[in-house]
Order: sequence, then C-alpha cells, then structure tokens
Amino acid sequence: MASDIYRKPIMFALVSAVVILVGTFVTMFIPMMTPQMHPRLENLMPYTPLQLAGRDIYQREGCNNCHTQTVRPLRTEVMRYGEYSKAGEFAYDYPFLWGSKRTGPDLARIGKKYPDAWHERHFENPREFYPESNMPSYGWLKMHALDPASVRSHMDALAFPYTQDEISALQGRTEMDAIVAYMQVVGTAVTKKAGGDVKPRVSAPEVRNPLAGDPAATAAGKELYGENCSVCHGASGEGDIGPSLVDGMFLYVEGDLEDEDYFEMIYNGSEEGNVEAGRVMQGGMPAFGEELSKDEIWSIIAFIRTLQGK
Amino acid sequence: MSDYQYDNQTVKGFILSSIFWGVVGIVIGLWISIQMWAPSWNVPPFFTFGRMRVVHTNGLAFGFGVGAIFGIFYYITMRLTKRPLVFPGLARFHLYLFNAAIALAAISLFAGMNQSLEYAELEWPLDIVVVILWVMFAVNIFGTIMKRREEQMYISLWYIIATVIAVAVLYIVNNLAVPAGLFKSYSLFAGINSANVQWWYGHNAVGFIFTTPILAMFYYFLPKSTGLPIFSHRLSIIAFWSLVFAYLWTGAHHLVYTPLPDWIQTLAIAFSLFLIAPSWGSVVNGYYTVAPDWSRMRTHYLTKFFILGITFYGLQTVQGPTQAIRVVSQLIHFTDWVPGHVHMGTMGWVTMTAAASIYYIIPKIYNTEIYSVKVANTHFYLVLIGQLMFSITMWITGIQQGALWKAVNPDGTLKYTFMEGLAKNYPYWHMRTLSGIIFTLGMLFFIYNVFMTMRRGSIPALSRKGGVR
Repeated sequence: MASDIYRKPIMFALVSAVVILVGTFVTMFIPMMTPQMHPRLENLMPYTPLQLAGRDIYQREGCNNCHTQTVRPLRTEVMRYGEYSKAGEFAYDYPFLWGSKRTGPDLARIGKKYPDAWHERHFENPREFYPESNMPSYGWLKMHALDPASVRSHMDALAFPYTQDEISALQGRTEMDAIVAYMQVVGTAVTKKAGGDVKPRVSAPEVRNPLAGDPAATAAGKELYGENCSVCHGASGEGDIGPSLVDGMFLYVEGDLEDEDYFEMIYNGSEEGNVEAGRVMQGGMPAFGEELSKDEIWSIIAFIRTLQGK
Repeated sequence: MSDYQYDNQTVKGFILSSIFWGVVGIVIGLWISIQMWAPSWNVPPFFTFGRMRVVHTNGLAFGFGVGAIFGIFYYITMRLTKRPLVFPGLARFHLYLFNAAIALAAISLFAGMNQSLEYAELEWPLDIVVVILWVMFAVNIFGTIMKRREEQMYISLWYIIATVIAVAVLYIVNNLAVPAGLFKSYSLFAGINSANVQWWYGHNAVGFIFTTPILAMFYYFLPKSTGLPIFSHRLSIIAFWSLVFAYLWTGAHHLVYTPLPDWIQTLAIAFSLFLIAPSWGSVVNGYYTVAPDWSRMRTHYLTKFFILGITFYGLQTVQGPTQAIRVVSQLIHFTDWVPGHVHMGTMGWVTMTAAASIYYIIPKIYNTEIYSVKVANTHFYLVLIGQLMFSITMWITGIQQGALWKAVNPDGTLKYTFMEGLAKNYPYWHMRTLSGIIFTLGMLFFIYNVFMTMRRGSIPALSRKGGVR
C-alpha cells in the first residue's frame, strides 16, 4: 500500500532519495560522463606558475563576488566586452570562476586589453582611473612576496607542466605581479586562435581627419580626451602608462602616423605583439569603437593634433 | 523524563547559537552594504568586500540557518516521534562541534581560504567537519524516527528526511577536491562541468536549506500555534513529492546564456517553471489552513509571521522561475535584482518563519508565555518594512542596470560606459543600507523578546505533563 510508506522510515528515505536524485543523474551525472562537458580549445594552455599564483589570489580575495568571467552571446554584451565565451576556454579552470554578479565589469576578455602598468596602477587605486569606482584598493599585494614552494605544490596538485626555471623566477616576485599576469591571460585563448582579432577590424572611413582644425570638434575632443585618454597618455599627451603622443615617436619608431592610423588604433584597440601600421605593439590598448562615435574619435584626433602643435 | 530537559537544553543551545551567528552575519551584511558605496570601508587584507561577502552568506546560511534547523528539527522530531532523542549526548556534542566549526569557518574565510564555489567556499578540512556534523545529525534524527512512539510520520518528518538526504549528497559531491596543502584545494571538476556541478549544488543548497527545512517548520508550527489542522493532507503529499522530484533538475537556470550546453539550460528552465506548482501547493495549503478564521491574523501574533512568511515563499517561487526564462534572465542576470530576489527569500520567508518557530519553542521549553506580544509585533513590522524596502530597491536598480548595459545610441554605439551605469546605483545602494538597518532593528527587538522570555521562565525539571510539551 502506498500509504504504508509514511509508516516506514527506511522505505521512505530510499524512495525519496531516488525521487530526489533522478534530476541529478539526467542533468549532472550523465553529461559529466560525456565529452560534451569537457571541451578544450586547441591553443588553450595550462596556467604558468606565475599565472596560477595570480589565479589563487583572485580566488583568495573573492574577486568573483563582483566580477564575472563569461560573456553572454548578446549583442550589447559582445560590443562591451568582446567575443562571447566559448565552452572550450575553461578546461584548466579548477573550478570555473564565472561569478554571478557584475558589481564591476566582466573580465572574460580582460587579457591583453591594457598594459601591465595599467593593471598595477588600477589595483593600487581604482579611483585614480575612475573617480566613481567602488572597488577596494589592492596596492598591499605589492608588499607580499610569492612563495615558490607553495606555488610549486599547487602546480603539482593540478598536474600542470612547469620548469624549474619558472619556479625559481618566482623568487622576489610579488602577489601584484602574479595577479597582473593572471589578468593578462584571462580569455586570451580565443583571440589568439583567430590570429589577433576575432572581430573584423574597422578601417577608417577617410584618410584625413574630416574635423581637423574645427574649433567645436577640438573642444569636444579635449573633453573626450580627458575622459578616455589622459589617464594613460597624460593630460598634455606627454605619456605615462601609454606612450607619449607629442615626442615624434609613434609605436616606438620615429615618424608620425596618418590620421587614419590614429582612427583605427582608437577604434579597434590593439594588443602587445600586434603589427599596426608596420610597427610592433609593446603593450595593449583597449578599443573605443563601441563606446565612441566616429565623429567623437575624429574630434579626439583633432585635439591630439593641437597638442602636437599641428 | 529528565531526558527531555537535557534535550531541551540542546535545542535551546542551537537556537541561541543560531541567533548569535545571525547577529554576526547581519552586522557583516550591513558593513558590506556600506562598502558598496564607500570603498574606504574596505580594510585590507581581512575586511575587504570579496572576503567579507562570503562570511556574510556562510554565516547566515550555515551559522544562522543551519543552526536554527538543527535546533528546531531536534525539537520537532522529539514531538512528532513522542520520545526524547536516542542519542542525547551526541546531540550535545553536535552543538559544541557546530559552534567550533562556524567559528573556524568565519576565521578561515576572513583569511581568504576560499574554494570560490558559492555557498561552498569552505576549504577541505572544514568540509570534512561539516560532513561529520551532518552525519551526527542524521544518525540522531533517523535513530529517533526509527524508535518513534507514533506510528504515522507527519508531513514535517518527510521534509526533514528529504533535507538530510539531499544536503548530504549535494555537499559531498560539490566539495570534491584535490588538496594542495592544508588550506588550499582545487575542485575535482573543471570548466563548464564545474559550473554545472556548482549550480546543481548552489541552487539546491537553497532548496534544501532555505526551502524544505523551513516548510518542515511551517507545517509543524502553523497548526500548533493556531490550533487549526492543515487544510489538506493529500495536497501536502502531492506538493512534497513533486517538489523534491523537480528541484534537482533546475540548477542550470543560473547558467542561462553561458557556454553550458543549451539542452541542460532549457531543461532547467522548464523544470523551474514546473516548480511553481508544488511551491504553491504549500502556499495554498497554508492559506486554507487559516481560512476558517482569518481574524487570527489580527488576534494571534504568530499567525501573521507564518502567513506573511509563506506569502514571501509564494512570491519567491513565482519570481525565481520567471528569472529562469531566457528573456528575463538576459536583462536581470548579474544585476542587483538577484540580491533583491535572494533577500526576499531569506529575510522574508526564512527569517520570519524561523523567528516565529523560535517564538513558539522558547516559551514552551521555559514553561512560560512570550515576554511581550507588542515587542513581537514591532519586530514583525520592522523586518517586514526593512525587507520590502531592500528587495524593491534592488529590483529597481537591477532593472536599471540591465537596461543601461543594453542601451545603444542611434549610431549603434553603446550609450553608457560601465562606470556610468555603476554610478547610477549609488542612491539605491544607500537605500539598501538604510533598509538593512531597519531590518536589523527588527531583529534586535526579536532577540530582546527571546532573552526576556528566557529570563522570565525557567527550564523545569519536568518539562512534560502527560507527554511532550
């Protein structure tokens, strides 16, 4: 009799265990046994000792409480953060760190977006870059040295490959170095695969700046420059985290670039190692094409030209 | 007979421990709510938002929630089996070990020992302690049920048994890890598979810590405190089996639009929608139980705790499935809407029902009456207002965030930078802190009432007159 079950606790426990666990088998256990749940991008690499040490710090500080690491395949989300997340990107993440809340922005495509110096300065004081930011300051990570022996035991626990040189190189490095190294590798397996860019690069619509010399555009450009550019390139273009814009060197080579090259650099951004206008990038620069209109970009270029006295 | 007295002291111990950890968790909650709008309230390394938020969630889920569940389940189980616990000494040791574990848990989380799995942050040595605690609890509960002096198992016992089984499986599987030293481990699962395991756990930890145990309390204390029998036994049977069946299919609704295979997401969304039915089975059962005499809402102070509690459960279980749907998820997921949703469940349903249960238990084991119905009513209205303000504020700011993230200009560029969107949250985050203060005030009235009731009464040597009180 079915109603007997309410008088037989062992029977009740067994039946309820089965009823409770059916869904677990179908949605969790069975998929786990299939290759579908264990994809890996071909060029995804295990973390290096320094990167893993950084990831450990990311876990320890609970960064995933405010930052996600997964870009959803939604139009504005891909515009804001970059290519949507792929299943095969996370094969070495024990566990995943996708998070569940974006008090701060998503970090799935943070790797190579900014130079190392940007990250260090931002960790030290986020409000230097964004006065309204509510992120805690993490400058104190600079005062904590890494422990090579413990990093090695962590690499061993994960069975990630490493060399003795990589472990020795950790001596004297700080937790700040480690978390920056981790930031720079997050989400880079996808961009590497496409040989530089996943999104097609946008070419400048004109060779010459159509707003060159326009006083209104220059004034607007000055304001936009202050909001978007000065924190890295200096208030007068003198350079800081990013290179100087007024010393006649461009991308580490003597000689100015065309307006269209400026436009494409601002619109598309670039990463360390990319070749732009025949010159090799030595650090990353974020793309502004999804946030600034074409006219706004031309206005900024018009203003930069005034800084250069042109 | 003195067994009951001994067991009652264990029950009391768990209730007081739960209240203590509840206060710790709420104070940290207030602190981190201030950190959201005043970053100078982060004091590195131990008191930054990233470390403190997990102390808040673990402190309240495990310290307050599970502590109350242990104490109240011991109380209910003894009454429904008409006998003392089979292992009273074990229950007492359980109480001591529980407090030691929660204290160590808080310290380890402040120290940054964190597995990064939501609601399963504790590192492996503490995971082992948690499993031991749970086994001690299970042995006593099952042992007492096996040796019961009442043939039929009442509804609350079904939910207790389901809770004991489900939490054990969930906790052990999700915490499987490879240790890398005493204070660090790496999950056994990687990538999308680890995401699937984690949210199978994360969602169902909510299900089997914040739903089934609280329903066990509701089904026991609503009839007990009102004197009205549960409206429909048949409805409670249907609601129980369909709830525990459907729950564990739904975890992936936390992973909508992630790289997790679509079919798992879709299945989770479908079962989430189905869950409205069994959830509302209990809601309807509660309403119809009180329906013969709604004036009790006015005349009997505990009735309104239980009825408002089950009402928030009803709202929660409609809102949750709604959030699972893709078109809603893409707007509100990752926003402050979600903490708004969670806090309606925890501050509304869980805390109200648990507090009402404690209001019922404490005078019973102290052989007295509640100290002040007026103070209880003040408590009720303060937590109600605080919780409503909190949730509604967070829903508004969540929708705003989602809309700002999606807004585009006519030329196709994004209308707001991330920082512009964040800055617009500040007024709402101030409001949340204010709501939290109101809620905390309400809880202080609750604690005052409990302590004054204890002072007034005494645990009598004979705590049963012709049976268990």
